[in-house]
Amino acid sequence: MSVSASSAPTAATPPVLEARGVTKVFGGLTAVDGVDLEVGEREIVGLIGPNGAGKTTFFNCLTGMETPTSGRISYRGRTLSGKPHRVTESGLARTFQNIRLFPNMTALENVLVGRHCRTSQGVLSALGRGPRYRREEADGRARAHELLQFVGMDRHAETLARNLPYGDQRRLEIARALATDPGLLLLDEPTAGMNPQETASAMQLVRRIREQGLAIVVIEHDMRFIFSLCDRVAVLVQGQKLVEGTATEVQQDPRVVEAYLGKPVDGG
Amino acid sequence: MIVSRVATSTSERLQATFTRPVRLAVGGAGSLLVVAGCLLPWATFFFGFPGKVTLAGFPGGSRLYPLLLVAVAPLLLVAVEGRRRAGLAAAWGVFGITAFNIAAIGFGRDLPLGLLEERGGGGLGAVAIGAWLALAGGALLIAAFASLPSSDEERPFRPGLPAALELLTIALSLGLILFAVVIALEVDETSRFISLIAFATAAGMTLARLNVFAYVTELFDRHRTVTLAAAAIAAVVFPFTQGGNAYWIRVFASIGVFAAAAIGLNVVVGLAGLLDLGYIAFFGVGAYVGALFAGAARTTVHVKLPFLVVVVMGAVIAAIFGVIIGAPTLRLRGDYLAIVTLGFGEIFRILAFNFDWLTRGPNGISGVPDLAIGSYNFGATNEVLGFSLPGFANYYFVELILLAAIILAFTRLNDSRIGRAWIAIREDETAAAAMGINTYRLKMLAFGIGAFMAGAAGTVNAHVTTQVSPDSYGFLESILLLAAVVLGGMGTIGGALLGSAALFIVPEKLRSFQDKRLLLFGIALIVIIRFRPEGIVANRRRKAELHDADPSTGDASGAPPGAPVVGAVAQ
Repeated sequence: MSVSASSAPTAATPPVLEARGVTKVFGGLTAVDGVDLEVGEREIVGLIGPNGAGKTTFFNCLTGMETPTSGRISYRGRTLSGKPHRVTESGLARTFQNIRLFPNMTALENVLVGRHCRTSQGVLSALGRGPRYRREEADGRARAHELLQFVGMDRHAETLARNLPYGDQRRLEIARALATDPGLLLLDEPTAGMNPQETASAMQLVRRIREQGLAIVVIEHDMRFIFSLCDRVAVLVQGQKLVEGTATEVQQDPRVVEAYLGKPVDGG
Repeated sequence: MIVSRVATSTSERLQATFTRPVRLAVGGAGSLLVVAGCLLPWATFFFGFPGKVTLAGFPGGSRLYPLLLVAVAPLLLVAVEGRRRAGLAAAWGVFGITAFNIAAIGFGRDLPLGLLEERGGGGLGAVAIGAWLALAGGALLIAAFASLPSSDEERPFRPGLPAALELLTIALSLGLILFAVVIALEVDETSRFISLIAFATAAGMTLARLNVFAYVTELFDRHRTVTLAAAAIAAVVFPFTQGGNAYWIRVFASIGVFAAAAIGLNVVVGLAGLLDLGYIAFFGVGAYVGALFAGAARTTVHVKLPFLVVVVMGAVIAAIFGVIIGAPTLRLRGDYLAIVTLGFGEIFRILAFNFDWLTRGPNGISGVPDLAIGSYNFGATNEVLGFSLPGFANYYFVELILLAAIILAFTRLNDSRIGRAWIAIREDETAAAAMGINTYRLKMLAFGIGAFMAGAAGTVNAHVTTQVSPDSYGFLESILLLAAVVLGGMGTIGGALLGSAALFIVPEKLRSFQDKRLLLFGIALIVIIRFRPEGIVANRRRKAELHDADPSTGDASGAPPGAPVVGAVAQ
């Protein structure tokens, strides 16, 4: 199966995501301060930083849930409009730091909601139930089952999302995001609250998603997860991008150590 | 707090002292007392209390209800273990009905608020031995059931019948519902009607706690075509059973129109989760359009259009109003939306009051003529297959067609891409937007479709009531409609039907309650929301949402459900 029908990268194609000088000011607080980020085809980019660094706000700006105070965001060369549903239509999909499934819908229905923007049957065809409606509905269900299988939870298709175990809820959120046929997936702390085995399988899942041709940006606090998975890592501190580079570069950068652990005492 | 502690310790003490033989003895004695009590007179002398309660040897009046309840009690005590809750419902039913009748016989008219305006009031001296025996029997049954171990595991009721018997069960259940409705319609006296409601509640709770309802609902679901066909036949046959009498046909036509509007409200509230407190305004728009273009006797628009055209027109104009009101308000969420819709509802009523040139103000549009197709007059009595059908039956059938269309539309929308998007918005609007749903547009669509349905129902209603005036479309009516949806069960068809029927039949029956109608509904709503928040007919999602007994949402991994919230940015 294929998760996305994105074409192979060529030298001429613009980057999947290009954010230039994204700034978000809340009252007197600058939560995100002129952040640039570029994501290429099939790239996994990690976004790390201490609590309150502005990572989630940056995600919210990318997905249209917050309107950036200034800056420009474009996806495959096209500037994104502000509305969340338009951004999702363009090809960005996200998961949430604190899981936001539709708790009283089944796993399958959750994924079907993700298909909404890729389907078009309206009120009249829902009332008429013509062949085209039935075909689209059947296709949608088949695709949703496929995605549930992809994240390894097809047997829970008919379970209400609220009754799923925690790890499955995280995976269902990813399946739901994949159902929107994205070219770029934004994962906000996909392994928060997971045990080591679950984290390992989440890592596997992220790799498999990339193999399907998607680019991924991931916020995470689990450093082993970030450094063994990401092609590039950006460090956000107090709203500004402090460092960006490969895992090794970032790990050895004294400024990163300082941001996380504090400045060494003189002579110490 | 204290009360519940006492109650717990009492039932604990009962459980400790009552061994199985003792329990069976107490329960058996209680059952016998109830049976004997119901066959003996409940009043010492005849003074007009309904139901021949002075006669011995047959269970007249309200005496029938405890007798029916007690029929299942021995079975629950002996044959089925661990049915504490079901047995308690039946036992409390027996006790409650008897206690109420003792009060009614003894004090009748002297009851507070004048709730019973019929004969009664001979003092406790008027209460005969039978009632006291039944009361004592009820108390013994309560004790016996309370002494059962309270660890009551949920056991599904699955008799595993062959298909033919399943169909028979469906037929019997539907027949039972119809029978219950007919009985309820025939009971005229207030005290007996209250006893009947108490009986229905106790019997319903007993069956629900035995999971019989779950089983029957599942059967209905599995054999949907059969159930629907049977229900449709019953609805069509009903006017023929009335012997030319239009009264109940009229009531059911009104219920049907009300239910059609309630289902429209169900789209807005039940599916999309938008609390609309001014919904009746759309119904009013439809009613005014229906009356104005019907060639009424006292009207401002002297144009008569064909009925079907008027229905579509009323629905479309109501939908346009819905979109106009929705456009600014649907950017709001939750409480704000409720307040603003409430305001718009009032604006409609006040406009209808003041636009004399169109609505004739407080006089309203009246004298809406009977419909006629060719030479067929809807108002005339007809002979069909040897049955005499009162003229009103024609409107009943029109209403039936409208209701069927609206039910079909609701079911199909509910199970479609649009319906899923509405439910997603209700569940989590932010996440729905992030999944590519244009939430504003879909909320507007829900508002428009709900208004469309209300408008269609309104135009039909103009013909059912033959007159339209602003008073019928106030805040109170919006609340009643909402109460019907909540009482019956949000997001379900059966709930809207049942809720509408209850809100119409109960005031019709309890004439002495007329002024206290709202008090009664208020109490009913409180009781329902306390004990069965998902409504009488439960929707699968609602049930899951409101009975959060299953904490498995947590985790199987050992991680806390509210996983460490780190990296949170000022939002």
